[in-house]
Formats: sequence, structure tokens, C-alpha cells
Amino acid sequence: MPLHFELVTPAKLVRSEQVHMVVVPGTEGEFGVLEGHAPFMSTIRDGAVQIFAKDGAAPEIIQVRGGFAEVGEKGLTILAEHVEA
Amino acid sequence: MPSLKELKGRINSVKSTQKITKAKQMVAAAKLRRAQAAAEAGRPYATRLSAVMASLASKVSGSAAPKLLAGTGADAKHLLVVVNTDKGLCGGLNSNLVKAARAKARELIAQGKAIEFYLVGKKGRAPLKRDFPSLIGGGFDTSTVKTPGFDEAEGIANELIALFDSGAFDVAHLIFPTFKSALAQEPTVTQLIPVPAPAEAPVADAVVQYEPGEEEILEELLPRYVRTQLFGALLEREASEQGASMTAMDNATRNAGELIQKLTIQYNRSRQAAITTELIEIIAGAEAL
Repeated sequence: MPLHFELVTPAKLVRSEQVHMVVVPGTEGEFGVLEGHAPFMSTIRDGAVQIFAKDGAAPEIIQVRGGFAEVGEKGLTILAEHVEA
Repeated sequence: MPSLKELKGRINSVKSTQKITKAKQMVAAAKLRRAQAAAEAGRPYATRLSAVMASLASKVSGSAAPKLLAGTGADAKHLLVVVNTDKGLCGGLNSNLVKAARAKARELIAQGKAIEFYLVGKKGRAPLKRDFPSLIGGGFDTSTVKTPGFDEAEGIANELIALFDSGAFDVAHLIFPTFKSALAQEPTVTQLIPVPAPAEAPVADAVVQYEPGEEEILEELLPRYVRTQLFGALLEREASEQGASMTAMDNATRNAGELIQKLTIQYNRSRQAAITTELIEIIAGAEAL
């Protein structure tokens, strides 16, 4: 089962796609989110979000600043003020 | 009765004015589409952020609530953040905004509050200064950039939050135009700081884990929420300005067309009159012989 992942900035919806896993640089340490993760909210320190499209594939890296992550039933949503691909 | 030459000159000058207004109208139409797309693109972020804010704010309340949510406890000094455009040629947009700001200011003064203005954009400064010469505080100049983006919103928000933290005001109101359509832009007054508590408390169905704590997250999200509000206001202003400008220039172009028609008729009539007079003179001369 893929994970629904959304990356949103004030200017636009950067990503909305199905992925395998996303590794998020949380304030208190990195955490990986897979499908079926428990509901969770965390602030994000400035750093790289790694997106694994498939199991074992090389990650795609997006730099975010001023971020916030929310894991809910609908998947993972990252709200970031600045994004550099 | 103006001479033929004068009439011709006037027709030409109205024609060139019409060309300018027509060009401005087309530019505004193109920019409006872009501004609307930008406003549309900014919506997901704002809705998600306010949803998260609502769920957090309902959990964190009382004395634990951050200052930006709970306020300073006083209600004496009010700041009016008025978002105006930088350029004119957009009909009654700015005067409507100033009118709304003035009404709000009068209302607050009548309640015995101290007020101050914080002006974003150039066009509100002069009329507000005329009415409240001593109450104009700081301002933020957005005329240096082509299209104000999130960086500008961030700049304004940081300045406001710094003012709030230093105790310069207790309550801030945001006055900005809401884009309804190209014909209608409504001045809107909302409370910006302290952040108004969300009305509907969402049902917490699942147990959500927070990292770090709820208060810390809320504390970080509140300034972000203020920034998003200001960013939204800037986007709305952009769309409103272009919409109002398009409508105003459309009217101006039409008026110029009517004026040209009237002047052309007058021109033709007086030319015909001149020809007739000449003919009469010739005939009278011939008859006299």
C-alpha cells in the first residue's frame, strides 16, 4: 500500500502523490513515515526531506525551511514556508 | 464655437487617451488571471494550517496558551493594519478601503481606545494622514517588488510580531480588499493579533501524538498563521487591484469612445457649416455681377 504524500507551501501545492516512504527531519530527530502510521504532528527543523518513491529506490531530496508535518488518516502532509528542490 | 483645428486637436488627444486606457485594461486583464491563479494556489496551505491550528487551539487553553493566542490581557491600544495598493488607476478600490479603515478607527476611538495605523502600500497614506495626522505609525513599502510574495508577508508579520512583543499594541486589525469579482471588491476587517480562537472545535477522533509538545507546536504555528493571513491579504489585494483597474479602464475606454463620437459629429457639422457659408458667399458674389 502506498502512502499519500503532500508537500504544500503558501505559494502552491508542490507535491501530491503516492509514495512508499518519506523521511522527515523532525525537530527531535528524523522519522520515517510509511503507510498506516499513527496520527502524529511534529515541527520540522530546516533540512532535507527524503522521498522514496519505491521500496529500495534512491531517495529524492527536497530542502525545506520552516516546516510542519502532520500524519493523519489521509497520509502525510508537510506544510513548509520555503522549498528548494 | 471652437474652430475646426481645435476640434481636430481635441479628437486626437481623446483618441490617444483611449489608447492608453485600453492598453492598461488589457494589461490588467492578463495580470488579473495570474493574480487569481496565485490566490487559488495559496488556498491549500491556508486551509490546512487553519485546520491544524483549530485542533491545537482547542486543546491548549487557559494560562498555557501563548501570548499570540491569548493576547496581552489588555484591550487599550489598537493597531490598524491597512493594506492598500501602490498604484492608482483602479477606480474606487483605495477610497473604499480608506473609508472602511476610517469607520473602524472612529468606532474604536468612540470606545475610548488608543489607535495607530500601520500602512502597507502607498495609496492609503495621504487620505489617512489628512484625517488622523498624528496616528500614522510605521508602514511597509511593497512598491519595490513587482509582485509581493511570501517574503514580503514574512517581513510585515515579523515587524508586527516584534511590535506586539514589545507591547506597542494589544490588538491588531487587518483591513484589506476581498476579491469577489472584477466588478466587486469588498473591504474586509478582521482581527489579526491576538489570533482569534477558531469557532468550531473539530472532533478529535484519534489520539494524536505531538512532537515536541502541543504548546511548543502551537507557539511555532501562531507566527506562521499571522504570516499566512498577511500573505493571503497581499494576494487578495493583487487580484482586487487588477480587477478594479480592469473595470475602471473599461469604463474609461468606453467614455472616451463616446466623447470621440460626439466630437466627430461636432467637427463634421462645423465643417459643413463652413462649406455652406463659402458657397453662399460665392453665389451672392456671382449674383451681384
